[in-house]
Amino acid sequence: METRTHNILFCGVGGQGVLKAAEICGLAALRAGLHVRKAEVHGMSQRGGSVESHLRFGAEVFAPLIPAGQVDFIVSFDRTEGEKFRDVLKPGGVHFNRYLPLLRRHGIDPRFENTFLLGVLSRFLPLSREIWLAALAQGFVRAPEENRRIFLLGAETDLGDGT
Amino acid sequence: MHTELHNEKRLLSGDEAVARGAWEAGLKVAAAYPGTPSTEILETLATFPDVDAQWSVNEKVAYEVAYGAAIGGARALTACKHVGLNVAMDPLMTSAYTGINAGLVVVVADDPGLHSSQNEQDTRWVGLYGKLPILEPSDPAEALEFTKLAFELSEQFDTPVLLRLTTRVAHSKQDVSVGVRVAGPHKAFRVEATKYVMVPRNAGPRHAVVEARLLKLRECAEQSPLNRVELRDRRLGFVTSGVSYLYVREMFPEASVLKLGFSYPFCDEKIRAFAAQVQELVVVEELDPFIETHLLALGLKLRAKHPSFQIGELRPEFIPAIVRGEEKQAKPFPARKPVLCPGCAHRAVFTVLRDLKLVVAGDIGCYTLGAAPPLASVHTCLCMGSGFTIHEGFRRAHVHGDRVVGVVGDSTFVHSGITGLINAVYNRVKGVLLILDNGTTAMTGAQHHPATGKTIREEPTQKLVLEDLCRACGADHVDVVDAMDTGAFRRTLEQRLQDDALSVIIARSPCWQLVRTRNAPPDFRREQCQQCYECLEIDCPALTKVEDGMIQIDPARCTGCNLCVDRCAYEALLPIREEPDADSCPGTCG
Repeated sequence: METRTHNILFCGVGGQGVLKAAEICGLAALRAGLHVRKAEVHGMSQRGGSVESHLRFGAEVFAPLIPAGQVDFIVSFDRTEGEKFRDVLKPGGVHFNRYLPLLRRHGIDPRFENTFLLGVLSRFLPLSREIWLAALAQGFVRAPEENRRIFLLGAETDLGDGT
Repeated sequence: MHTELHNEKRLLSGDEAVARGAWEAGLKVAAAYPGTPSTEILETLATFPDVDAQWSVNEKVAYEVAYGAAIGGARALTACKHVGLNVAMDPLMTSAYTGINAGLVVVVADDPGLHSSQNEQDTRWVGLYGKLPILEPSDPAEALEFTKLAFELSEQFDTPVLLRLTTRVAHSKQDVSVGVRVAGPHKAFRVEATKYVMVPRNAGPRHAVVEARLLKLRECAEQSPLNRVELRDRRLGFVTSGVSYLYVREMFPEASVLKLGFSYPFCDEKIRAFAAQVQELVVVEELDPFIETHLLALGLKLRAKHPSFQIGELRPEFIPAIVRGEEKQAKPFPARKPVLCPGCAHRAVFTVLRDLKLVVAGDIGCYTLGAAPPLASVHTCLCMGSGFTIHEGFRRAHVHGDRVVGVVGDSTFVHSGITGLINAVYNRVKGVLLILDNGTTAMTGAQHHPATGKTIREEPTQKLVLEDLCRACGADHVDVVDAMDTGAFRRTLEQRLQDDALSVIIARSPCWQLVRTRNAPPDFRREQCQQCYECLEIDCPALTKVEDGMIQIDPARCTGCNLCVDRCAYEALLPIREEPDADSCPGTCG
């Protein structure tokens, strides 16, 4: 297992399942025995406002917020929300705005968008499929089969960018 | 539900870790009123069957219940947000005099950056002002550990202990090792008037006890491993606390650090010794210059943040600029404004208040969102319970005549709005007071309160009937109307504004998040639309103007409440009537 710190910024609009996605990714990293930090805010901003969650894991992580310019992945659920964080992405980092068209292409129900994007994210992270599926089952109590199916779709579909 | 495995790793938030730590410490009684970012502490404690947990009417009540439990012999905890502690300041200040018996931990969560608050006050001053010790964890793992230590400290020094969190500690998560529960103390209350009855004759000597205790606490802080010297490269030495410590470690991993976990009273000798060992001393702290002021009083030469960093929360990338003494340059990310949910009954009420061009004294809750344009129909927001009392002040100023109403929510009315109603009755003020009753404490995530008839554990209890209460308070008229029925609400309101009386109108309709009722979205007929955009004036997130100037309804967000239909004078929006359908949400969203 590589020990460098992975920095993922999940962002979108209240109600899209942004925080849940970050939670499941964090649970997966925890299952891999890594040190995990996650930062977000609850409350007023969730009423249809901007939502962001910082997730960091590795051998040793200090700040719960990812320093600007060190974000490896921007997992955006909303194009506009994702765009505003472009400057904090590290050079060579992956911005998920490029994968948002896949949601429409596969006809993903808005309630399962977070599951699909986690599937896409899983391709980039050194966490095993078994760990991901266990974290998914832990995080989504309801509709486990559908979540698993959509996660695997995201994990295996052609991303169209050679990734 | 709660396994007894020692050192099992869990992903816990700071709030959950405080709850877990308190439970492990043998906590028996916990009381709070919800308040972001502290709410999840009591929500988590309520999942432990062996903790007596409650939502209290307000923070003062919660503090006194917890205090009573502590002097009554059991470990107790109260939790609140920073402004919540203001409500509990009266019992807090004098409880420092009486001391406790079994441990009392007061958890307070500050909100630097105002993520969900009306001010950015720094609670560390309460330690100084109230002469109480402060423990300040940097992350969830420390939150668990420090909570346990806080109970020990509380009993060792016979004092309430402040456990101070900030949003980035309370609402960040981390892998945390959990432990097992120990039996808390069982300390019978001893009748001791000189200690517990704070009349002047007794309180004077108790003040001396407080001052002597503070000196002993200072010695304890000197020895405490929570105040930790980390000597590395000595060219730069940071004094810091809370989450700021993690930002310093992130950005200056090689620098020396004095981490203040027991942050009041100050460990002066340890601070002086550290200062002597490093070439340049830098203080890094969020919000007010609390550490900075003290270190300057000690006569230390130091570098502290530019005052511009006192506003808003810190971020790791700010630390180099703070070290250089520069002004804050960061521009905030543009944030989408929070809005009332589609289907929210508050929207219906606010469209009427706006149409009637009333001055609206508002309050704290989801309905504060009615302040933002285009609704723009909440004109004050100061503190919990102030909607009715500010209304009274407006009336007494005699500038706006009778075109003023006061607005509070149901939970806020019970919290502290009721005193304003009683005051208005007693002092013979006329006017219209609105209770927007959505049957929950909505903004903090739907917590129960006395008027929901359920406890924190969803158990049935005596239900407070708001209309009966308002009548008992002596209001001349108490009307209950369906908040979604804008016509009926408007007629009632106009009538009551004309009456020479003090009226309460309870606009009742359950929070949409609780019922999630969906009807078919209205039918939009393009050919009828005159592009007046009156429908957009209700600020519904399901309704947008698209590129061709037409209106688009997002069927995923529209609840079919038909409020927009009422606004359309051209029959471009028409309702589709069908049986309501409970939302088939699979619960997959966060």
